[in-house]
Amino acid sequence: MAETIPAGSTTDGVIQVGQQPIDARVSAPASYDVADFPVPNGREEDWRFTPLERLRGLHDGTAVADGGVKVEVSAPEGVTVETVGRDDARLGKAGKPVDRVAAQAYSSFEKASVVSVPKEKVLSEPVRIAVHGEGGTAFGHQVIEVGAFAEAVVVIDHTGDATLAANVEYLIGDGAKLTVVSVQDWDDTAVHAGQHTALVGRDATFKSVVVTFGGDLVRLHPRVVYGAPGGEAELYGVYFTDNGQHQEHRLFIDHDTPHCRSNVAYKGALQGKDAHAVWIGDVLIRAAAEGTDTYELNRNLVLTDGARVDSVPNLEIETGEIVGAGHASATGRFEDEQLFYLMARGIPADEARRLVVRGFFAELVQQIGLPELEERLIAKIEAELEASV
Amino acid sequence: MATLEIHDLHVSVEAEGGPREILRGVDLTVKQGETHAIMGPNGSGKSTLAYSLAGHPKYKITGGTVTLDGEDVLEMSVDERARAGVFLAMQYPVEVPGVSVSNFLRTSATAIRGEAPKLRTWVKEVKEAMQRLSIDPSFAERNVNEGFSGGEKKRHEILQLELLKPAIAILDETDSGLDVDALRVVSEGVNRVRESGQVGTLLITHYTRILRYIKPDHVHVFAAGRIAESGGPELADKLEEEGYEEYVKGGVSE
Repeated sequence: MAETIPAGSTTDGVIQVGQQPIDARVSAPASYDVADFPVPNGREEDWRFTPLERLRGLHDGTAVADGGVKVEVSAPEGVTVETVGRDDARLGKAGKPVDRVAAQAYSSFEKASVVSVPKEKVLSEPVRIAVHGEGGTAFGHQVIEVGAFAEAVVVIDHTGDATLAANVEYLIGDGAKLTVVSVQDWDDTAVHAGQHTALVGRDATFKSVVVTFGGDLVRLHPRVVYGAPGGEAELYGVYFTDNGQHQEHRLFIDHDTPHCRSNVAYKGALQGKDAHAVWIGDVLIRAAAEGTDTYELNRNLVLTDGARVDSVPNLEIETGEIVGAGHASATGRFEDEQLFYLMARGIPADEARRLVVRGFFAELVQQIGLPELEERLIAKIEAELEASV
Repeated sequence: MATLEIHDLHVSVEAEGGPREILRGVDLTVKQGETHAIMGPNGSGKSTLAYSLAGHPKYKITGGTVTLDGEDVLEMSVDERARAGVFLAMQYPVEVPGVSVSNFLRTSATAIRGEAPKLRTWVKEVKEAMQRLSIDPSFAERNVNEGFSGGEKKRHEILQLELLKPAIAILDETDSGLDVDALRVVSEGVNRVRESGQVGTLLITHYTRILRYIKPDHVHVFAAGRIAESGGPELADKLEEEGYEEYVKGGVSE
């Protein structure tokens, strides 16, 4: 399978292309070893938004794995699904863990799951990975490897109750196309942290859709690195943060390779007391990454009082020889005046709210371009609204 | 025949230092087919009357009654009032991002009519109404009031008036901020609705200019939170000549 791994990828950290980004925003350099990270105290830039006391010990070494998370993979014919030990050469190639919880997951899992789509295989059906929590604590690792010129859609569904720290790696071969939908539809008691890193090969296309509805605390790091020129990454996110939920998405696009594109669009709605959404969008265009084209957007819609959004886009540019780079972030309120206007046209309050929220998400949902997901998303958004109105 | 009856209406708003009374006993009856102009200086309470009738939560009714065909309007929620046939064309309609005009109009028409209008006839109906108001077809895909010019906002309000066909239309300073051309287009829209004879119109304005296009049956001068004088169209001519001075001096100051 070696030929399916994009040039420039790392193998257990032996061959390194450039360095992991080290800047003022991270508290320690990336590492596979949890011992390389100090226990966060909450004052660090990368932890300051996260309620550490709700991480159930995932951050300080006190969380003990007791199973309780069931993972089922169903894949169409031709796809290989393996459970492998820690020494498997395919693990850790996309990049090192960037914070202590991701490193804890990497240091603690016993078995990893590897899903491989052979080169040039075009799947007509998605690969489905169901991660169901049964109340326990678990550490996990998942690799999804797509060979050169293969095309695949992978849907990862998280449901139930769990305390889970798990990383996912996407290794996308040259010219391959991978779409991943990760749905965090947890019970409202679950805690989920993890790093999702994609290594995008030459002329490969990676599309990520992160959908977070559930959980007491969800903290994800969707990350993209490019192994070779011509790579394209689209990262979409939809979240609906309710009463007391903490949902945090910390994105990083590492443009270290020339002529790659990235486009990020995350939209979230919040309602209820102490609903807290955090969106961090870091894009780094390194000196070597000439011809880069990147844009990132975050929009939030606050539906009720008592909710809080922290949205922080960061763009760091080390070369002027780029096609484009931009970002936008805005947080709006569904205001009483909007509600009055719609109601003054005969539209009942709950329907008015639905109309606005549906409209807010519609554009993004269409942009994602997966009809099956579109319906599910709309239904889910409606259900979230229904539960609250 | 629909009749809106306002009797001894008192309305307050919360202000620094406690509630402040703005309407101080308004009496007015508007019947279907009639047009009443309510004219008055700034701060006289005209807009408060409009928003109180529509049910804006900022305004607290402290006394009096409002009925539509005997039904207690003040007991109704904002959307219930709209469905009962009260329409308020707003002076400053708000932006509703993410909701397209076409989606908004259809949702609203569905709510008001009690059933979704048939798609084919609806599309035609909207298209024709937009044409009559010289509204560009691309307008339908824009978000409600987002980036609309002042004139576009007012046309959009009158478009809704034409489509929703209320029993009572309250037009709150629909003429403000319009140039003469836009004023004519908007007034023609209002007149088309009036010609149906199905609507009672409450035309709230600071200026007499719009009355050249929309002829009222009754003119009321509003001052210090109540109707100070009522008359026919000739009262507007008098205001044109003399302004509001007579009503402001010696009136209860704000």
